[in-house]
Amino acid sequence: MTQDAPRATGAGERLRFEAVSAARGGRLLLRGIDFTVEPGEIVGLAGRNGVGKTTLLQLASGVLAPVAGRVLLGERPVRSLSRRALARRIALVPQDLHVPFPFRAGELVMMGRSPHQSLVGLDGEADVARALEALARLGIEELADRSVETLSGGERQLVLFARALVQDPAILLLDEPTAFLDLKHRLEVLREVRRFAATGRGALVVSHDLTLAARVCDRLVLLGEGEVVAVGRPADVLTRENLHRAFAIDAQIGPGPDGRLVVLPMLAADDPTAGPGADPS
Amino acid sequence: MIRLSRARLALVLGVLLAALFAVVLVALATGPARIAVGDVFDVVVRGAGSEATRDIVLGVRLPRIGLGLLVGAALATAGAVFQALLRNPLADPYVLGVSGGAALAGIAVLALGGIVALPTQSVPVAAFVGGIVATGLLYWVSGGRGGSGATGLLLTGVVFNAVASAGIVFLASIAGFFEGSRIFLWLIGQLSAVEIDAVGLVAASVAVGLVVACVLSRSLNLLALGDESAAQLGVPVEAHRRALLLATSLMVGAAVSVSGLIGFVGLIVPHALRLVIGSDHRLLVPATAITGAGFLVLSDTLARTLVDGRELPVGAVTALLGGPLFIVLLRRSQARSRLS
Repeated sequence: MTQDAPRATGAGERLRFEAVSAARGGRLLLRGIDFTVEPGEIVGLAGRNGVGKTTLLQLASGVLAPVAGRVLLGERPVRSLSRRALARRIALVPQDLHVPFPFRAGELVMMGRSPHQSLVGLDGEADVARALEALARLGIEELADRSVETLSGGERQLVLFARALVQDPAILLLDEPTAFLDLKHRLEVLREVRRFAATGRGALVVSHDLTLAARVCDRLVLLGEGEVVAVGRPADVLTRENLHRAFAIDAQIGPGPDGRLVVLPMLAADDPTAGPGADPS
Repeated sequence: MIRLSRARLALVLGVLLAALFAVVLVALATGPARIAVGDVFDVVVRGAGSEATRDIVLGVRLPRIGLGLLVGAALATAGAVFQALLRNPLADPYVLGVSGGAALAGIAVLALGGIVALPTQSVPVAAFVGGIVATGLLYWVSGGRGGSGATGLLLTGVVFNAVASAGIVFLASIAGFFEGSRIFLWLIGQLSAVEIDAVGLVAASVAVGLVVACVLSRSLNLLALGDESAAQLGVPVEAHRRALLLATSLMVGAAVSVSGLIGFVGLIVPHALRLVIGSDHRLLVPATAITGAGFLVLSDTLARTLVDGRELPVGAVTALLGGPLFIVLLRRSQARSRLS
């Protein structure tokens, strides 16, 4: 795990939500959220659509102020840091990004270096090397000179992930980083998140794929109706009762072929979504 | 990976500057009195040539061309800045109505100058204020976040321009500006009426605007991704946007106060350059300034010579070139928004 690990400049910082409440469009969306992302830890964030997962990431990246409570990076509220100081320590991979101009993918990745660069000036050799390294890690070097407009959703997601990696943060926030990805790239992204955490830095990952989340994350935060339904180890959080509270679904949870947790969501116990092809007999 | 190296920056800007120099030489040589480009070169570079030639080249043509350089650089750069801030490749100070606001305020002060004595410099200052007010209204209408809702922005610009044109005609008729070409100047834009007293102030305003745009060009790259992305990548969004809008309004106000409503320069130039040199604003902004300067001087030279013995307003030339391009870009952006 430690071979060719990225330089961990910001290792050891803790992201903490303390009794955080947040509003969206005048409506209270999140109430009394309490949890911590410890250094070196991957925390998964799950919950149904519109429950406030992306809002939580906005609170963490300082672009949204909580109406109550505090979001702390180390001992300091994130909103008390300058934009630049915060951008050096927290990076976000958005679900998607609309880019109105034909920037090249390589240019978009280089933008991740901007919080480390002076206001005026070109990109240094070290910055370029950083970007190339990140592109190579994700196996997307050949995208570097393509216009972002011509990329598929999945390719754009990989480019945005590379951008966050070169930002060299202490905390990585990922908003459904694998939503548009094929199976191999999904695993590669998660491998890189693991590698990132192995350098003593924390990651907060929004995911709808609970099996994948259970596999990758050290702990899970399950959100429902603006509150935390459960926090803890995946095996403790992913119970039938918790999933019913969070998603209003039934689910079967058990060990998969490799002994790790597998979550099989169903609308009801007799699973009305299953077709005849699902029966192996 | 293609990168913006110092060599690439120098090469692109060097080529553009050389082309600009050639355009200026040709423009200086072109006019009712034909002068060979070689003679112009002698006058400009070596300080030689006959007195008559020197008078025409340096005394008559150079001031107008100098003004064209300033106005073209200002309008083109303002277009590039607005496009990034509003995340909309259709933005242009004229299309958005910012020029209209500046022109209306400028002519209001001119009309007032017929009643009370005002210094010449008050026209560019008023135009600057008018540009700021129009920009502020634009942001207010677009919801303050510079969203990419193209239709709302364009409608706002159309309404601004209609109101500004009506106001200009109204004020001009009260103040008796209909004689000669003065009303032309404000409604369609031309470079003939050079107020020498104001040129210093105009040049200084354009210089300030260009410097701010160049210094904040990296932020423009990030702001073009949206406020939230820019903030998450470390840009103090509000401060940088305010500085850029002020600097841009200053440039546009200065340009409009001496040239009136010249449209589409800010649309044509950044668009054409993006196709060739890419979207990185650290290169695009200075390249746009140089190319805009050359484009306007070239357009003005065309306007001076297209019809024998007559001068067209340069705004007519840029509108004839820019209007069709605008339609093409609009159609493309509509097609894209239907897809997404």
